[in-house]
Amino acid sequence: MFVKKLKDGVVGAVTMFSLLWAGTVSAEWGLNMTPGVTPISREVYDLHMLILYIVTAIGIIVFGVMFWSIIYHRKSKGAVAKQFHHNTFAEIAWTIIPILILVAMAIPATKTLIKMEQTGDAEITVKITGYQWKWKYDYLEDGLSFYSVLAQDSNEARQVGSSIDPAGVDHYLLDVDEPIVLPVGKKVRLLTTAADVIHAWWVPALGWKRDAIPGFINDNWAVIEEPGTYRGQCAELCGKDHGFMPIVLKAVPEAEYVAWVEEKKAEAAARAASGDKEYSMEELMVNGEDLYNKNCASCHMANGQGVPGVFPSLLESQLTITSEGLAEHIDRIINGKGLMPAFGEQLSDADIAAVVTYERNAWGIDTGDIVQPADIKAAR
Amino acid sequence: MSEAVVHEDHHEHHDHKPTGIGRWLFSTNHKDIGTMYLVFALIMFFIGGAMAMVIRLELFQPGLQYVDPLFFNSMTTMHALVMIFGAVMPAGVGLANWLIPMMIGAPDMALPRLNNMSFWILPFAFALLLGTLFMPGGAPNGGWTMYPPLTIQLGDAFPFLIFAVHFLGISSIMGAINVIATVFNMRAPGMTFMRLPLFVWTWIITAFLLIASMPVLAGAVTMMLTDKFFGTSFFSAAGGGDPVMFQHIFWFFGHPEVYILILPAFGIVSQILPTFSRKPLFGYESMVYATASIAFLSFFVWAHHMFTVGMPLAGELFFMYATMSIAVPTGVKIFNWVATMWRGSLTFETPMLFSLAFVILFSIGGFSGLMLAITPVDFQYHDTYFVVAHFHYVLVTGSVFALYAGVYYWLPKWTGHMYDETLGKWHFWISTISVNVLFFPQHFLGLAGMPRRIPDYAVQFADFNMVSSLGGFVFGVSQLLFVYIVIQCVRGGEKATNQVWEGAHGLEWTLPSPPPFHSFTTPPKVTDATAHS
Amino acid sequence: MSEQNVIKTAGKLGVLAVLMFGFGYALIPLYNVFCEITGLNGKTGTVSSQQVEKIVVDMNRVVTIQFDTNINGNLPWRFKSVEKKLRVHPGEVKDAVFVVENTSDRAIVGQAVPSVAPAEASIYFNKTECFCFTQQTLAPGETKEMLVRFVVGNELPDKISTMTLSYTFFMAPEDKQAADRKENTTEQQI
Repeated sequence: MFVKKLKDGVVGAVTMFSLLWAGTVSAEWGLNMTPGVTPISREVYDLHMLILYIVTAIGIIVFGVMFWSIIYHRKSKGAVAKQFHHNTFAEIAWTIIPILILVAMAIPATKTLIKMEQTGDAEITVKITGYQWKWKYDYLEDGLSFYSVLAQDSNEARQVGSSIDPAGVDHYLLDVDEPIVLPVGKKVRLLTTAADVIHAWWVPALGWKRDAIPGFINDNWAVIEEPGTYRGQCAELCGKDHGFMPIVLKAVPEAEYVAWVEEKKAEAAARAASGDKEYSMEELMVNGEDLYNKNCASCHMANGQGVPGVFPSLLESQLTITSEGLAEHIDRIINGKGLMPAFGEQLSDADIAAVVTYERNAWGIDTGDIVQPADIKAAR
Repeated sequence: MSEAVVHEDHHEHHDHKPTGIGRWLFSTNHKDIGTMYLVFALIMFFIGGAMAMVIRLELFQPGLQYVDPLFFNSMTTMHALVMIFGAVMPAGVGLANWLIPMMIGAPDMALPRLNNMSFWILPFAFALLLGTLFMPGGAPNGGWTMYPPLTIQLGDAFPFLIFAVHFLGISSIMGAINVIATVFNMRAPGMTFMRLPLFVWTWIITAFLLIASMPVLAGAVTMMLTDKFFGTSFFSAAGGGDPVMFQHIFWFFGHPEVYILILPAFGIVSQILPTFSRKPLFGYESMVYATASIAFLSFFVWAHHMFTVGMPLAGELFFMYATMSIAVPTGVKIFNWVATMWRGSLTFETPMLFSLAFVILFSIGGFSGLMLAITPVDFQYHDTYFVVAHFHYVLVTGSVFALYAGVYYWLPKWTGHMYDETLGKWHFWISTISVNVLFFPQHFLGLAGMPRRIPDYAVQFADFNMVSSLGGFVFGVSQLLFVYIVIQCVRGGEKATNQVWEGAHGLEWTLPSPPPFHSFTTPPKVTDATAHS
Repeated sequence: MSEQNVIKTAGKLGVLAVLMFGFGYALIPLYNVFCEITGLNGKTGTVSSQQVEKIVVDMNRVVTIQFDTNINGNLPWRFKSVEKKLRVHPGEVKDAVFVVENTSDRAIVGQAVPSVAPAEASIYFNKTECFCFTQQTLAPGETKEMLVRFVVGNELPDKISTMTLSYTFFMAPEDKQAADRKENTTEQQI
């Protein structure tokens, strides 16, 4: 009976190892690290595989010897214990051999690490700033700047009890409204920092992740060799919506990149001009709902009720439900307070006008207040 | 404590064994305190386990079904704190309390009053910590590593977290002082240091690690407390501080802490493998030196937990090489264990089965640890499920499995009854299979790009998460079997002999089962022949 | 065994524990010294103007210095650099100008924190004058031009050709606490 159990155990272990083996060869099953699309990521992948093979080989040898004992040196087979407890040669050997193996691992690792630190001579520099819970990309040479948040369809589906099937959502939790766009074949320097807590920017296809720390700037680099869309996530716990601030990187050919930069610049100019327009209540409510869900709903929730003890309910705040609170309501959105982020730099006058109007008229609050971009401009 | 009180205390014990609730509340007896530690650890193991069940339930399929993300973060944070400080560490101290006096030929621990206090601090500390679950704003949710600035954002629970950590630190430092004072002063005649059983050795080294590292953690959390409430800026860049500084101090504690959790496990396995191989432990001296060098090196590798913060090249290389070098003494230990079994006469009772599983599964955790040590590749692995898989292999199939092995091994000695061997084997096989189904797929998830500490995930991670959760549920439920086996064994069963196991050697096996209230009232004489087999 | 020896051992270990608690605190100055020597975490160096005169300018080398600005948390300020980047010779003294504006209706004290990437370059980046040396107080709506005078050490390793000097403005800790208290009371009043 016991022997049978042991055999089962051995079979189990073998299955486990074959799984591990399968993991090393079939990336398409999502079992293994992917080689990525930069020279560095490929080196990192090769290093990973090298060490995986080495430890697998060591494991097979050590566990092999152990199972030999388990099978042949058992009392039930009449084995009598030898009473040795020392063997100087063996003890020296199994100290020296591991040291040699470790040195053999350390050499390629050191080489790769030195290459990873060569951040100079980049043609494009993008600063990545982590926020609770979104990313901001600043293209230092072109003066472009935009935020990137979880795509709206994922955001709706991921609410507790949304009853939307994630499988039906395009790239569930790995999609954003505005991807970071980079040209292929050029050396890009990526700086990381943060505005509130520590985040970590990670796109596996680039072969590294790097912490984004408030008050400090880190740098890294990439030369992306293949056009495509590469997805990643924040990798350092940063609070409630840590799992919901993905990264989407679009690598495009040079010409396409130049066109994208021009388009973005034109968009920014149009946004700056939007502050002079007058909007109707309906327009403000429609834009406001969209912006609210993107920027505010992760804390104050889609129904405005917040999270008791952490994020206040808008349905009970004097700022949103009384007309005396209006000025402070606008101020709170522009300048923030405590855990509430300052949105003044992130949202245009028209955006803030829409959010304020929405918050003062949604969920049965109905103050009837209509706030126009000009009011926001005056409040800044 | 005055001398008079100590003496009075001793008299009381010599006369009769106290009864009722007072026996436990005011106990200064190493066996009773050991039992309380073990029972407390088991309760915490189930509380922490319940939190793990919540985590695995939410991760069973994509989408948020049951809990909101903030509560999920509380669960991961509290699961770690409860399991590390509430389950594994107290279980280790419990075993030390029960066994060290019996193993070195002493009547009791050196400082019985301190022993009582260090235990009774624990329930208070955990009342503080677990009480935060019911506070507005919820329990700590910034991760057990408590990194600022995120943890400083925590609401009402913040001071409770800090003071709970303080109390836990004080408790374990007191326990560690007691262990060292006992071993240094109360060994039986002839019990030289190089004749100490390995369990005692690993505990001395663990105790030194505790005394050296726990105060550093206490300092770090105190600095965070004054940062939040008293206007200091140790970790806030605005006032000239540095949030990364906290990580350095934390991991200066945190890495030795890892060895605090695993070294007693090494000790347990080093006791059990020779017994069931009917052969002396291979390479006793090299085991002692390997343990000491692992402990020593553990103070110079801390920054491998934080390669991604952005260190200069020289720093990254130093910490990579230092971390890799730990593989050498760890390897020596594993080779020694395998050599102990080689040409032995093996039988496979439950303690042996758990020890064998420990050697294999801990090694797998060691292998992934070596992979994580390689800085450039760690930039990919860091903060993914690969890391989660790694430290659960080391802590669950490592520390917890060794603790199970130890409890099965010494339970007949403690209770005087044999446990139900068939049920023990069932417990082993169900646990071993399910724990691998639980944690092995997490390697794949991490490599495929799933970050840790997320309540919801992209659909390509769904299959392995479901497998992992199923393994988790089976593993969780099957631990109830252990409780049943222990209760059954305490209540009765086949009488255990003094030696209990055919191949067992050492002083604790010369005492009756169960042993008398005071272990050795007259110290035994220890010679080379009677020492550690 | 003797009671006295036990107390002695326990006493020594207790002292060790207390010392280790102190060591946790001692790690802070140790770490800062370590950072200054190695440039860990991009802490920049400082030199006096007398020292600067002795530095030889290396006219054969050009290094690009990028300027970057950040606002932390909820500080209602706008912060920009006038130059996006400068090309300098190592050893050459240069100025960079930054502009900061308080967009709120109250006076606020801010503190700028410098950081240099790559981290290894930071020990070669020396400032003789910087607005980050002191706290800055800005009246409501006030705009201020601020200067950084710096010199890149000519022993800068050849592999470094681009450096980023990044500043983050934080609300000064005292001001932040005061602001939080004040806003809490207004909240209650409304």
